[in-house]
Parts: sequence; structure tokens; C-alpha cells
Amino acid sequence: MTRIYNFHGGIHPPENKRQSLGAPIRQAPVPARLILPLQQHIGKAATPLVEVGDQVLKGQKIAEPTGHISAAIHAPSSGIISYIGLQPVPHASGLESSCIVIETDGQEQWCERHPIEDYRSIDKKELLKHIRDAGIAGLGGAGFPTDIKLNLGKDHIVNTLIINAAECEPYITADDALMRERPNDILTGVEIIAHLLQPSKILIGIEDNKPNAIKALRDAIRERNLPIELVVVPTRYPSGGEKQLIQLLTGIEVPSGSIPADVGIVCQNVGTAAAIYRAVIHGKPLISRLVTLTGFALGHRQNYEALIGTPFSVLLEAAEVDRSKMFRLVMGGPMMGISIEDDRIPVIKTTNCIIAATLEEMPPAPPAQPCIRCGMCEQVCPASLLPQQLYWFAKGREFEKARHHNLFDCIECGACAYVCPSNIPLVQHYRFAKSEIRNEEAEQQKAAQARERFEARQARLVREELEKEQRRKERAEAAAKEQARKKAEADATPSDTPDPEAELKKLKSAASIARTKLKKAREALKNAEEKGLDGTEKLKETVAQLEEKATAAESAWQQATGTEQSCP
Amino acid sequence: MSLIHLSSPHVSKANATDRVMRLVLIATLPALIALTIFFGWGSLIQVLLACTSALAFEAACLWMRKRPMLFFLRDGSALVTAVLIALAIPPFAPWWVVVIGTFTAIVIAKHLYGGLGNNPFNPAMVAYALLLISFPAEMTQWNAPFVLIGDNWSVLASFTDSLVIIFSSINHGMIDAYTGATPLEVLKHRGGMTTEEVWRNNPVLSQGVFAWYGISAAWLMGGIFLIYRKVFTWHAPFAMITTLFLLSSLFYAGDPSNFADPFLHIGVGATMMCAFFIATDPVSGATSNKGKVIFGIGVGALIYIIRTWGSYPDAAAFAILLMNLSAPFIDHYTQPRSYGHARANRGIGGGK
Repeated sequence: MTRIYNFHGGIHPPENKRQSLGAPIRQAPVPARLILPLQQHIGKAATPLVEVGDQVLKGQKIAEPTGHISAAIHAPSSGIISYIGLQPVPHASGLESSCIVIETDGQEQWCERHPIEDYRSIDKKELLKHIRDAGIAGLGGAGFPTDIKLNLGKDHIVNTLIINAAECEPYITADDALMRERPNDILTGVEIIAHLLQPSKILIGIEDNKPNAIKALRDAIRERNLPIELVVVPTRYPSGGEKQLIQLLTGIEVPSGSIPADVGIVCQNVGTAAAIYRAVIHGKPLISRLVTLTGFALGHRQNYEALIGTPFSVLLEAAEVDRSKMFRLVMGGPMMGISIEDDRIPVIKTTNCIIAATLEEMPPAPPAQPCIRCGMCEQVCPASLLPQQLYWFAKGREFEKARHHNLFDCIECGACAYVCPSNIPLVQHYRFAKSEIRNEEAEQQKAAQARERFEARQARLVREELEKEQRRKERAEAAAKEQARKKAEADATPSDTPDPEAELKKLKSAASIARTKLKKAREALKNAEEKGLDGTEKLKETVAQLEEKATAAESAWQQATGTEQSCP
Repeated sequence: MSLIHLSSPHVSKANATDRVMRLVLIATLPALIALTIFFGWGSLIQVLLACTSALAFEAACLWMRKRPMLFFLRDGSALVTAVLIALAIPPFAPWWVVVIGTFTAIVIAKHLYGGLGNNPFNPAMVAYALLLISFPAEMTQWNAPFVLIGDNWSVLASFTDSLVIIFSSINHGMIDAYTGATPLEVLKHRGGMTTEEVWRNNPVLSQGVFAWYGISAAWLMGGIFLIYRKVFTWHAPFAMITTLFLLSSLFYAGDPSNFADPFLHIGVGATMMCAFFIATDPVSGATSNKGKVIFGIGVGALIYIIRTWGSYPDAAAFAILLMNLSAPFIDHYTQPRSYGHARANRGIGGGK
């Protein structure tokens, strides 16, 4: 029996799980339109492989992963691609995002499937590729692409594989229902994961408020005689948080800023394990998931197997929603889920629960009172932070202090805000502080880049200037050298090798220059004489000198031409 | 469709500051009853007087600060402060003492600093310290418990006579008839006697001390109720009482004729009230669990030092105010170790 450790804090909110466990899993209707967001989790959005008007079959890959952290998307049903572009998606921002929209034809016609029945006989790389091609992402929380967690490479040795079956959030029963009805799917999935990771220990962590699921899993494990240990932990939110479950089952804390694999642990959700089973054994990509439909605005509260891309409104109708009573629509649990304003948004890979709550069920929080530092938040914080201090720092924009108090170790579980007697929306304050710090960092990075660019440019300009200078110097030196060489040559052989052509040209131009100068001087003289200006004497002298020079030049040239002619 | 868009979590515990304050008020009831039993109607009258004046001052301040009046009046924090002041002062102190006290607490110590949650000092203790320094005569006129008064008890047993004493404050002859020193005062001003001789000779200690023990037990009861209801944690009271007990044991063991015994230290005076109702004030105290322990140790040590070597017989108010001053500093050095960190961060952070 594995020892159960403890984690700090935690709360016991009303579970509200029973309401959706009254009936077995029901198949949700195939909607007329399926909306598939290209980005359903952290990482990069997928790249569409289809165009508007294309006919697609159920299970056909319609978008492929972009880069490493990304997951493929498949057509959940057969039909025609009617639109690719912006649509409202389930995101806390409420913004629109790129989606592929399929008009279904109701045929549910499957594409060709490639099941791998004996996964042990094929290469692990092949198996991993198969899982990646099936578009499997974590079905429990953030939807991290599963193949990456299963393909850790040589630098990580996996000691413990933890299967997260805690499902600690109130209201949600999707994992519970899956474990009750399909324990063998999960266990086969776990076997496939274990085959890939080769852990020395496999633990399934489950809260003690799911006795039926515990029994179903325990019986199946015994029947198949698997080396899997089912660890029942006390019900306390947030025991299903990855870090908290690891601490509960192993006593190990994942170091801040590290991933569980760094301490030899890999966590997978039960839903993910079942999805891996379907992908490998049946060749079915991830095109549907279990969604809990609950909340008192619904007539039928139960779990549905819904196609990814099914609009919430279709599911709400199927569950007989009373819209006049619906006050708040939440995707996910009441503690960490996001509120949805538009019920046309689709189910995505991480949609585990839809709560259509009435006003009485989830009333808006009363106005916040001043913080009296009562410290109730500190007592429940599973990360052992000081939420009361973080609140003051976030409010006062003292972000450095907030970081010093480990703001980024906050998992936003909401336990602090849940117990706050002053009704302060603490998580909102922390999200604000985190995003401000991230923005600041991005700004700083941008500024640093800009400065680098500027400095590089300055350096380049200086360098170019220097190079220019250098070249000029070199040229000057070369010219000086050349001149010196020429001079030396000329000195060494003054008239040994006179170039007759050049000589002749020189003489000719000298003669013409002399003529021009004389002409100009004469004109000047004439002008001066006409106007009766001073200095005509000097000009006359100059003219006489120039006349002399011109005559000399003329005669020299004529002489030269004469010689030339005389000796051709 | 008009659906509401809000940040998670979408549910919260039915828990409110006014509920917390209400629990604190309920927890003061045993002490009020004990005081009434042992010392007469005075305390009850003081409580009513304090509550009325505190609410009036609170309302006036909220009006001047343009704050929603009903919203803040309902939180009950002014009532808690008022009740604590009323139960800390002598039961038959003149009416203006408690009114000045609540004025100091609500207007000066609380609203001038920004209202609920922003006061660096415990308002009730600021008021008590001010009253003790400004009106030493009125603040030390505790009436003796009924066992020591004999015939004069009939005066204090009558509610109307009690009202007359508190509101007229002329009849000094009457006052002398029923006032007496408290155990801590007796010990402080004992002349050359040893502790043992004081115990033997002074009726306040030899016969009357059980009245004070009874009141301390009542405060303890209220405190345990609040810990049970998770209004505060055990850290500060436990640390404070343990420190006081250990320190007094140490000195008592060394020189029993000169120092008071540890049970007297924790059983009389303001020890229990201070431990459970003042040192646990979250606004002005240290905030982390470790910080609360250090805060409690500080308060306990200061109480012992001032009681033993200072010039005042009791010291809760001064000890608390001094530790209130150090609370932010304590907070900076008592961050808990967060999940995934090898050790706790220390210091202020920022600036680097």
C-alpha cells in the first residue's frame, strides 16, 4: 500500500457531483454544424489541410500540427467544409479565433482507419507518430499535446507514471462516468503509456468520493492482473492539480519552474488514457469526449459523449435547458472554469464540463470589502503562498515584491478567493499582476532588442566610416606610391622612352591652353581700356608674356609635329 | 442572450467579514458575563456606551470620507473595537473615558489611517494607551470584586446606581468605598514585602484573585471558540502565553520571593484578553503563521519585561503597539517556503 502524503491547504467546496451521475453516459446528437478551433490548447495552432467546399469523412485529418507543441485536428463527422475563419471559441478572453466549420451530412461515414492491435510489436517511434497523428491532447486540464509527454527522449528517466483520476473540481463527473463505464479502455490506455515510458511504478490517484469508480477500476485491475496501484486520496480540492497529486502520491514537490518529468514523474489523465486506447487499438482519432452537463438550469443533468466541435447550444438543448433560469454558463468547473457569454461556442478537446447555473446557484459575488489580512487564504493555499500579501502587491502594482513572494507559483486554483470573507476576487488580481509582469518583460525584451539593433546599426555605421577612411588612405598611399614610382622612373630615364604620341598631345594642349589664356587676357585688356579702368599696364604686361608663351608653345608643337612627320 | 462574464472561481464560501466580526463579538460574551458577575453592572454599561459612541464616530467618519455608510457599518469592526475597549477599562470609569477611548480608536487610530484594513496599530490598544497615559487616576480605579466589598456591594449590584456612578462622577466618597487595587498593582506597589508575604497579607491576592482568574478563564473560553471556528489560528496566542509562562517560570524559579509566579502572570491582568483578542488582530499583526509565532513571542516577552521592570503594572497595550510597529518587518522575513522551492524567500524583494 502506497503511503499517502499531504499537501498544504485545500478546501472542501460543496461537491454537487451527484446530480450528473444519475444516468449513464448518453450519446449527444450530431449537430448540423461542427466548429473546430485550430488552437484548442497551449502551443501553436494547427495548419488546415482542407479548403472550403472539400468533402471530408469522419476521422479524416483536416489540420496538421504546426511545429513541436501542436496537435492535429480531425473531422468529427462526415460533411462539407463550409467555412474557414474567425468564430467565437471557448477562451477566457472571449475573443474569436480561427476555426474550420463542417456542415455535417448525417452519414457519419468513416474514413479508412489504421488500428494497431499489437502495439508492442511495432517500433515505439511508429507508435508515437500514430498517437501524434490521432491529435491527442491532455483531456484533463490544459490540453497539452500528449505525444510530447510520452516522448521524453534519453534525458528523462520515468520512475513513476501517475494517472490522474482525482477529478477534484465540484460538479464535474466526466472522468467518474468514464471510470465506471469503461474501466478497461482506461487500463489498456495506461498499458500503452506504460509500454512507451517503461516506468517502474504506475499509480492511479483517485479521490475517495467516487466509490463506484474505485470499485470498477479495482475489479478491472484485479481481473487483468495489472501492476497498477490504485491510490485513494481524501477528497480535498485541489488534489487533482498535477503538482498536488504528485505531492499526495509521492511526497515529491516539482521544483518551481520545472516539469514533473524532471523529477522522474509523468502525469496523464484517465480520459487521455482512454483516448490513447481508442486511437491505437481502434484507429479512432480524438474526435469526441465526455462532457458533463450540469447546473440547475438544465432539465437533464448527465454526462454526454459529444463530438469535438459541437456547439454548446446543441448540448444545452439536448439537456433541456431552461434559458430563462440560466444566469451563468461555465466551461469547466466552478473553481477554475471560464464563464462563457455566447452559447454558440463549440466543445473542444479540454471541455470536460458545461455548467448552466441559475442565479441562486452561482450568484454574483457581493461587493468586495477591505482586506483585513485575516489570513484564511494563507491557510488554504496549496502552493504555500501568502495570498494576502500578493493581493496588496498586485493592487499596489509592486510587481517586484509580488515576484519575490512567488506569484508565478500560483496555480490559480481559486481556493483563496473561495474562503475570502471580504469577497475579494483574489485570482483576478493575481492574473492581472502576472499579465502585467509578462507585458513588462515583453516590453523590456522589445526595448532591449531595439537597443541592440540601434547599437548594431551605430557600430555598423562607424565601421563603414572607418573602412571608407581606410580605403581612402590605402588609395592615397597607393597613389603616392604610384607617383613616387613614376617620378623615380622619370628621374631614372628622363627622355629614354618618351611616348611620342603623349608628348605630342601634351604639347598640343599646352599650345591651345596658351592660346586661350592669351585670348582671355586680350579680351580683358580690351574691356579695361574701353572702360578706362586702372591696371591696364599690368594687363598689357600679362598679355605680352602670354603672347610670348603662346608663341613658344606653338613653335614647340609645330616643331614636334615636324619631327614626327619627318620620322614616321 | 445576457449571460454574465466573470473571473473564476464562480462559487465562494458563505463567509463574510461581518460574520467573522459577529463571531468575535459572541466570543467576548463570556468575559462580559464574568465581569458582570465579579465586578457588577459597570462593564455592561460601558459596552453599551462604547458601542453607541463607536457606531456614531464610525458613521461620521464614513460620511466625511464619502464611503457607503451602511455597507461599512454592517461589517461590525467598529463594534468589536468598542467592546474590547469597554471590557479593558475599569467597569466604573466615568462615561467620558470610554467615549474618548472610542473616539481615539475609531477616528484617529482607524479612519485617519484609511479605515478598516489599513490601520497599522490596533485601534483598541491605541485608545487604551492614550487613556492610561492621559487619565491615570480614572484608568486605575478598578472596583474590588464583590467578595472584598461586603456591604457596599449592594450599590454596585443595582443597575441604576451603577448608571449614576458612571454618569455623575461626583460622588467620590462612594468611589473610595468600593475601589481597590488589581493584583498586578498590589504586586507592583508592595513596598519591601516578598511575593509570599503579599500573597498572605493582601486580600486582593489571598481572597480576590479568583475573580481575575475567572475573567481570564472566560476570555480563554472565547478564544478557544474562535480558534475552533477558524476565525484565527493558534499561533499568536499560543506563542504569547507560552513565552510569558516560560519567562515568568524562569525568574520565579530563580527567585520566588521577588518574582510573581507564572500562573499569576497568565491568570490575571490582560494576558488572556490580549492573547486571544488583541494579538490575533490580523490587520495590525504579522500575517504568516511563522510571523504570528514571532509576533506572539514578542508580545509575551514585552509584557513580562514591562510588568516586572517597567513603571506600569500591566503592559498589554504597550507590548502590542510595539509589536505592531515591527509587524511589517516580521512579515518580510517570515515568508513560508512555497511549493517547489528549496527554501523560503527572505527580505523585502524588489530593488534586487
